[in-house]
Amino acid sequence: MNFHLPIASNFAPTVDHILICLLVISSAMMLLVFGLLWTFMVKYRAGSPIDRGAIAERTWRVEVAWTTATFFVFIGLFYWGADVYLDEYQPPPGTMKISVVGKRWMWKIEYPGGQREIDELHVPVGRKVQLVMTSEDVIHDFAIPAFRVRHDVLPGRYETIWFIADVPGTYDLYCTRLCGAEHSRMRGTVVAMQPADYQRWLEQNGSSGTLVAAGQDLFISLGCSGCHNGGGTVRAPSLYGVYGSPVPLSDGTTVMADEGYLRDSILYPKKQVVASFVPVMPSFDGKISDADLEKLIAYIKSLGAETSQ
Amino acid sequence: MSSTVIDRREIAESYLGEKFTLRSWLLTTDHKRIAVLFLITITGFFFVGGIAAAFMRWNLLVPEGMLRSDETYNRLFTMHGVIMVWFFLVPSIPVTLGNFCIPLMIGARDLAFPKINLMSWYLFVTGGIIELYAMFVGGVDVGWTFYPTLSTNYSNGFILLSVLGVFMSGFSSIATGLNFIVTIHTLRAPGMTWTRLPVFIWSHYSVSVLYVLATPVLAMTLALLFFERLFGVGPFDPQLGGDLILFQHLFWFYSHPAVYIMILPGFGVISEIIPCFSHKRLFGYEFVVWASIAIAVISFFVWGHHMFVSGQSLYASVVFSLMSYAVAVPSAIKVFNWVGTMHKGFIRFDAPMLYAIGFIGLFTSGGLTGLWLACLAADVHLSQTYFVVAHFHYVMVGGMVSAFFGGLHFWWPKITGRLYPEMWGRAAALIIFIGFNMTFAPQYILGYTGMPRRYASYPPKFQVLNVMSSAGASVLALGYLLPLFYLPWSLFRGPRATANPWDATGLEWQTSSPPPTTNFYATPVVTWEPYDYKPPERLEQRDYHG
Amino acid sequence: MAEPAQLPGSALTVPQEFQYSSLFHQGEAAIAGIWLFMAQECLFFGALFLTWIYCRYWNIAGFDAGSAETQVWIGSINTGILLTSSFAYASALLFIRAGGERGMTILLGVAAFLGIAFLCLKGYEWHLDFDDHTWVLDPDFKVKGALQGGAKLFWSFYWFGTVLHAAHLTVGIGLVAYVIERARRGHFSAAYHTPVEVIGIYWSFVDIVWIILWPFIYLIGRAP
Repeated sequence: MNFHLPIASNFAPTVDHILICLLVISSAMMLLVFGLLWTFMVKYRAGSPIDRGAIAERTWRVEVAWTTATFFVFIGLFYWGADVYLDEYQPPPGTMKISVVGKRWMWKIEYPGGQREIDELHVPVGRKVQLVMTSEDVIHDFAIPAFRVRHDVLPGRYETIWFIADVPGTYDLYCTRLCGAEHSRMRGTVVAMQPADYQRWLEQNGSSGTLVAAGQDLFISLGCSGCHNGGGTVRAPSLYGVYGSPVPLSDGTTVMADEGYLRDSILYPKKQVVASFVPVMPSFDGKISDADLEKLIAYIKSLGAETSQ
Repeated sequence: MSSTVIDRREIAESYLGEKFTLRSWLLTTDHKRIAVLFLITITGFFFVGGIAAAFMRWNLLVPEGMLRSDETYNRLFTMHGVIMVWFFLVPSIPVTLGNFCIPLMIGARDLAFPKINLMSWYLFVTGGIIELYAMFVGGVDVGWTFYPTLSTNYSNGFILLSVLGVFMSGFSSIATGLNFIVTIHTLRAPGMTWTRLPVFIWSHYSVSVLYVLATPVLAMTLALLFFERLFGVGPFDPQLGGDLILFQHLFWFYSHPAVYIMILPGFGVISEIIPCFSHKRLFGYEFVVWASIAIAVISFFVWGHHMFVSGQSLYASVVFSLMSYAVAVPSAIKVFNWVGTMHKGFIRFDAPMLYAIGFIGLFTSGGLTGLWLACLAADVHLSQTYFVVAHFHYVMVGGMVSAFFGGLHFWWPKITGRLYPEMWGRAAALIIFIGFNMTFAPQYILGYTGMPRRYASYPPKFQVLNVMSSAGASVLALGYLLPLFYLPWSLFRGPRATANPWDATGLEWQTSSPPPTTNFYATPVVTWEPYDYKPPERLEQRDYHG
Repeated sequence: MAEPAQLPGSALTVPQEFQYSSLFHQGEAAIAGIWLFMAQECLFFGALFLTWIYCRYWNIAGFDAGSAETQVWIGSINTGILLTSSFAYASALLFIRAGGERGMTILLGVAAFLGIAFLCLKGYEWHLDFDDHTWVLDPDFKVKGALQGGAKLFWSFYWFGTVLHAAHLTVGIGLVAYVIERARRGHFSAAYHTPVEVIGIYWSFVDIVWIILWPFIYLIGRAP
């Protein structure tokens, strides 16, 4: 049984202090209410012959007393919570910015050096990290319980959270805003590393960026993402994991999606139509240079590689 | 004490026996019969929602999900949420116990607009049928909050029909609220001044204001959502320059007052039961009344506390947090006053009282964890987790459903003319209390350790607590099933009830059980203060059976 | 259930429901009920206007580009028509309070007729709008380029708001027809005309909604 939650960021201890304080106050009030209930239930049960004396008619003194008491306790709690909250959601200067894009049902992370990841976030310990987050489709919510941070991720807006990871380790990362069928699969891991390890990790993952990144830009600017990313009104086959896998065609045959198939599908989309899809995609023959085509194919291949991780 | 002494009369002279045809029930304008119609309907919805919950808890027994289908799970919790919120909790006490008791308690012969009352039921049933059709035939998988753009562009469920069903049930609420307000203003019996109204009436008055003023905002929000879903163009589409957070503001502008729509009638019921079974005047009547009104007013200004992590302005969050603490004060006042009422009382432990005590305990727990969620920094960690699920189930189910059952047992003799089996009533109250805590207490811990809501599958580390919760749910289900058997049984085999089996002081107990169609044989004249309980002459050996 | 109640100064009996002590009592409750219903309607349309204003705030140029395509002359004539109809209705009430049943019936007829005239003009306007490619799903939508999103939002509100208002007006015309029918049967007098008052309040409300819609649709976007 694991009731313990790691305390792994600059906010975690403070938030836990607030929670402990709330727990103490709540327990005290529960004890008071339950204690009184129990006492009265025993002492003043109908059969009890106890002398009840005169019943208080004037009650406003007591009323005002307990109203004021609760009110002041509440104000204190409010102030503390608000103070920390404003800290949490107002990033200080000098943060390291990491871009996060939510998309049904994955998190796409991109680092300042161009490195990309899916569903995994690597951060250095002891540095101010700011996540700049947006969504490609519906509202998601990016939450790292071990860091006690969370924020909604909305399409068409950029929201940020920031934190300083304190303890190296691997922590859970969740989407906590219902985003459709596989909402509960939209989770990943956060890896907090010592700065030296982090540098090494960046270098090892730095090279694969260029071609794929350019391809992704093209994928968006040519409008491919409008249909192939599962959004929009037009239905088009998903390209995730398509590279290297068999594709059923509308004429009943199956082809292996290699580079040649991808190229043909971009240039002459009506030649081999995927089963159960309407051939609405325009031809890109003559509208796209070979260099760009190569970048696009590299990007689509990387989609295959990412899911097979 | 009473000006109208009623003999024991046979059932044929009561509202139940006026006619027995189905037609006489379906076209009735008698508030008591409409209350019974509503009672049957919402019981049906309660069990539909409950079965969905049972499947959810069953699914969560294993990390990968017993159902093996995320889509099905999403549909189940949407069904559970939509049905329980709009087709059980929001109408529950007002349309049944409120509908039945309000005219009786103020000495009126019916509600102000009996036909509108019947129309309210038909709207509710039509909305409910549409909703069930959408749920069972098409499936709706976006959660009861219908957030765009999931609901407008991405989901392939029957969103349009589902929204239509909720829309219609909303107008049922508006009709009921309007009717109650006018009734309480215009149809009080001679001598029934505002300060002599039972707290039950005051609670329903507050609720009715919320019904009338909050529900239309939801109606418009859903209408706009309907438009956007239908045509793909609308104010919540960020690609056109619309705003997703705007939807959330409008939605919660209704749905936070709706939380008080759900709980305020419960406060009313408890404020009747506790003095009756403590045989003592309600402690601090004026404070309890003003607390109801304060809750109704402040509840309109706290909606933003559902949106602390949504991207609304930080300063708006700060103000909403402060207001949320402010609305907690009157709720605390009520709890203290109920406990104060029991001080120096003559407490009996009949089933309604057990439910009421259970209510105080569970509501206090739910209310206190509300303070956690109103605290901004704590909310960032806890919102969207099982902590929130546990919190509002403590208030809504532990609180509201306990109050509903308490009230149902309390007024059962009045509604049916029969006494329910007391031992079974007490057993069910106890089982519900225990089962409830077994189900939802583990969810507080689950939430703190980070398990998100609405997850069809979850990391294995959460399994132990989930299994505990599901085991508790089976106990809870047993508790809810018991009344389904012994209450109908009592209709035929229960001993006949006297006009006032509990020695209560409300006007509704001054007429026969069940009451005649016109409620009173002569218009009552009220000359006494509310909760006019005198110390009993005999402390024990009460004979309920007259 | 209904006990017949004798009206003062009239041979006519109208149904008084049994939960009221008098017909006057019943009338008071009805008036209270309709005002509460109006409160509900205010919040209902209030949410629409709030949404409208808010979306406009973030897309002023797009909304104005959309608003420029509206038929301001039809909208303005319609405003005049509705205001006149409310005037007619209010005058009808003055008549019946003084016992003038015939005058009331005629004026109610005028109010209903003006309501129908409004709907006819509105229908013609919708026809023009549709031909003008301002229907939001029109593939050849009138406003193009960067302002299209805002303009589409504006026209979503236009279609939504005007259809909703027209639906309310249609219900209103039906209710006025019902009152005219009852007046023709001689149900109303100076002593009893509660339904006329109740429906009059609704009629004026529909008018007020239009008075807000008119600037929202036609005027704000044209302001210099």
